[in-house]
Amino acid sequence: MKELICITCPRGCHLTVDEAHDYAVTGNACPRGAEYGRNELLHPVRTVTSTVRAEGSAIRRLPVKTDRPLPKEKIFDCIALLNTITAHAPVNCGAVLAAKILGTDVNIVATRALPL
Amino acid sequence: MFWLFYFGKGQKTMYDVTIIGCGIAGASLAYQLSQYDLRVLVLERENDVSMGTTKANSAIVHAGYDPEYGTLMAKLNVRGAEMMEPLCRALSVEYRRTGSFVIALNETDLPHLQKLYKNGVKNGVPGLRLLSGEEARAMEPHLADTVCGALLAPSAGIVDPWGLCIAEAEVAVRNGVELRLRSEVRGVEDHGGRYVVHTSSGDVETAYLVNCSGTHGHEISAMVGPREWDAHPSRGEYYLLDKSSGGLVQHVIFQCPTVRGKGVLVSPTVHGNLIVGPNAQDADDADDRKTTLSGLDEVADSSRRSVPCLDLRQSIRNFAGVRAVTSESDFILRPSASSPRLLHICGIKSPGLTAAPAIAEYALELLGGMGLTLCRKSSWDGGRERICFRKLSETEKAELIRRDPRYGRVICRCETITEGEIVAAIHSPIPPCSIDGIKRRAGAGMGRCQGGFCGPRVLELLARELGSNPMQIPQDGDGTRLLIEETKGGDRK
Amino acid sequence: MNYDLVVIGGGPAGLAAANAAWEDGCRSICIVERDRELGGILNQCIHNGFGLHYFKEELTGPEYAGRFVEKLRATGVAVRLDAMVLDITRDRQVHIVSSGSGYEVLEARAVVLAMGCRERTRGAIAIPGTRPAGVFTAGTAQRYLNIEGYMVGKRVVILGSGDIGLIMARRMTLEGAKVLACVEVLPYSGGLTRNIVQCLNDFDIPLYLSHTITDIQGRNRVERVVVSQVGSDRRPIPGTEMTFDCDTVLLSVGLIPENELSRAAGIVMDPRTNGPVVYENMETSLPGVFACGNVVHVHDLVDFVTAEATRAGKAAAACCAGTHPAEQRVLPLQGGNLVGYTVPQHIHLDADFSVVELFFRVRAVCGASRIVLTDETGAQLAAFPRQRLAPGEMENLRLSRALLDRAQGSVTVSIEEAAK
Repeated sequence: MKELICITCPRGCHLTVDEAHDYAVTGNACPRGAEYGRNELLHPVRTVTSTVRAEGSAIRRLPVKTDRPLPKEKIFDCIALLNTITAHAPVNCGAVLAAKILGTDVNIVATRALPL
Repeated sequence: MFWLFYFGKGQKTMYDVTIIGCGIAGASLAYQLSQYDLRVLVLERENDVSMGTTKANSAIVHAGYDPEYGTLMAKLNVRGAEMMEPLCRALSVEYRRTGSFVIALNETDLPHLQKLYKNGVKNGVPGLRLLSGEEARAMEPHLADTVCGALLAPSAGIVDPWGLCIAEAEVAVRNGVELRLRSEVRGVEDHGGRYVVHTSSGDVETAYLVNCSGTHGHEISAMVGPREWDAHPSRGEYYLLDKSSGGLVQHVIFQCPTVRGKGVLVSPTVHGNLIVGPNAQDADDADDRKTTLSGLDEVADSSRRSVPCLDLRQSIRNFAGVRAVTSESDFILRPSASSPRLLHICGIKSPGLTAAPAIAEYALELLGGMGLTLCRKSSWDGGRERICFRKLSETEKAELIRRDPRYGRVICRCETITEGEIVAAIHSPIPPCSIDGIKRRAGAGMGRCQGGFCGPRVLELLARELGSNPMQIPQDGDGTRLLIEETKGGDRK
Repeated sequence: MNYDLVVIGGGPAGLAAANAAWEDGCRSICIVERDRELGGILNQCIHNGFGLHYFKEELTGPEYAGRFVEKLRATGVAVRLDAMVLDITRDRQVHIVSSGSGYEVLEARAVVLAMGCRERTRGAIAIPGTRPAGVFTAGTAQRYLNIEGYMVGKRVVILGSGDIGLIMARRMTLEGAKVLACVEVLPYSGGLTRNIVQCLNDFDIPLYLSHTITDIQGRNRVERVVVSQVGSDRRPIPGTEMTFDCDTVLLSVGLIPENELSRAAGIVMDPRTNGPVVYENMETSLPGVFACGNVVHVHDLVDFVTAEATRAGKAAAACCAGTHPAEQRVLPLQGGNLVGYTVPQHIHLDADFSVVELFFRVRAVCGASRIVLTDETGAQLAAFPRQRLAPGEMENLRLSRALLDRAQGSVTVSIEEAAK
């Protein structure tokens, strides 16, 4: 039995996950919490938010995120990848700056517009 | 030796007077000397002026009842207090004649008030008056109920100490005095008719040398002969309270000394804050300016005896200053015993700030007596203007912004300091190179958020106006870097 | 130049208030924003966790702000950027300076205060030691990092386990710094539990509860800090000192609503929130002047800021339209046992509402409890069970018209903890 805090939403439900019984989750207030509890023990994932260099705009750094959670062990590789990306204005909010990174289905998207 | 020679290649310029240290003592002397036909150099080890004790003190203009009658301290305190208001007006430096109280917290304090009163009268302090407890509280309602008497000195005041130092130094520079920053004095050779001064920025030749090096004064004296006094630097810690507490008292409120020590003061500042402190602890060294839990507690407890309603949670900053206390009780204002053309202006502890303009006057006399020829310049521009945006009327503000739109961009929200004022400070006769250099000139960052909001914006302006890499800009002295590196493997470090 | 409604601040509160006022028919609105673009503090909050309530999606700060800026673009709301409000008078004159428009005085029929908050500094908590470079408030470090693109340090100790400190622990780590510790003076963290997990635990950053920094050392730049355990009096316990070699201290020690303008206008303040006393429609003691967002009380979730600002915007629009209620009965709200404050602090009983949204914070961490509402006679008006309450998590209640009509005199909100 493992105790975890769910990070899916700010409520932070205290979950209990039973590895012996197919990772059944109790303590969750919603279905996303059950999914989180399972995943966290089997293959933990995290959304990564950071910035990339921006050119051609008054804005120097463009905020970005992974459009879905990334396997936790790839976080620092993801950051290293972001360090190599430069966004050139104009860029729309939501634009994909890097697709299917690090052998996953995860894309890096801009979280704001980068105007000229 | 008041004429200038340039002896050609390989020969250095020979200065008439070289001042070591550009705190309030050095700046005041430079300001005086700049009125005469002299080649004057000021050597300052830091990257800006007013970086020592001048930057961290109570900012009080003392009336002069405290120093013992007959001492230089007493004479120069009273004279300095007299000079301060017109000087500050001419230089656009903040000054306010608040008057001061020394309060008696119990009966045993009353004889001390009497003693100060008599001493003050002998020293020539104007307007001194002894008040009863009721009279004191009528003038200052937040004083403790235990106050049973007070000495009122109407001629005391408060001033902007670094503002005065910077203003005097700027006027000196504008009138031909050379200022070399980042020039620490490492050795002095006395060649009879001249000195060779070894500094971190090169050697200098000078006929006369003046030691205004603050808490390092004894070290300079030891460079020409046996050390003439011992240094006992003393550290004092302060709280600076938010402007919302600035009106708790109108006068500077001093306590009588007790077995526990000199007592702490509570005073308004020229910027509208309330300053509380200092204690007095032996400093670890001449530059020891840390605050300590025990020291701050001591200041807190002691100050509440004067003003019980003091809420120190309203503090926006703590700091400590180090005083040049020496083995001598009076100011050390005399030529060196080992070297006849080296003048010491040392041991400038309280009331040093107040006395500084008078010390400079006196130093001129001493230098004359040491053989320096003083010939007044036919023209000397001693005024200094400074725009303070927030003090202007609506119409004046509107007009100023029309003339220069940079005055319409407020950078420091807490103190309403504009881009125009900051740019003007960057292009002043002694250009600042640091965030705190801007703070000392334009006031940005002195407010309740302590630069949290304006810091990045001031940094940007400095980088832009100086054409520097933002990462090279220090918080204050050299080595106080703010930014370590660019993110994303940036090429700038 | 005059506008019916002037909104001071273009962050999430100001944006929502302006949008809401426009939607309710006000057609003469101006937002005055001191930065170069709209969005406020959200522009530098590049992490996610925003919008779960309001949009039912998890957004980053810039995305959340972007939604409202987009909405605003479709309206005729005027925006003054790079403009600072210097003063508001009792009769709603707003004095503004900007490079572009010089010194302006706008005469408004209604004003919404949405100035947000500032960070508590080192001086406010009197950390002893030297004063080297390298001590930053977490928000300032966040600005340097996310907006300007600079690291403020490489070896970091964070004081304060509120959300800003926790978020910066992760952010600095991701950008290559070593975060040595997060130090919290209280026996519990003030931040969301999810942030303890994803910002500290994920990176093995230790959290020291009931500890504080008792000395900062370093000549020019921070070189090390001393951390000590504290007792229940929050004073250091001798002998518990730990030393951390670091070059940076980030302070996340509290936010203070930015009410200099409000105080200068003579608006009545609540010393418990450091914000204006407000009614259920977010109106302050000055008729026609409303307030919303962090300037009223520091929020945890921007979604609640939006809701609050929407209320303020609607009320401001009604005020501009002249439907300002005449003299009304006022019902005061009090904080009782374990309740620090309530917003609103009082209610216009005769206003046209069916529900009042009440927000409050508890003074201590509580396990299973009941939120109990009583009136002046001591009669219990309602009770709401809760599994857990914490000072770091703002609570809200919806009070029905029926309940409020039943109350005799003031209403007190208290916490009753379940028997242990």
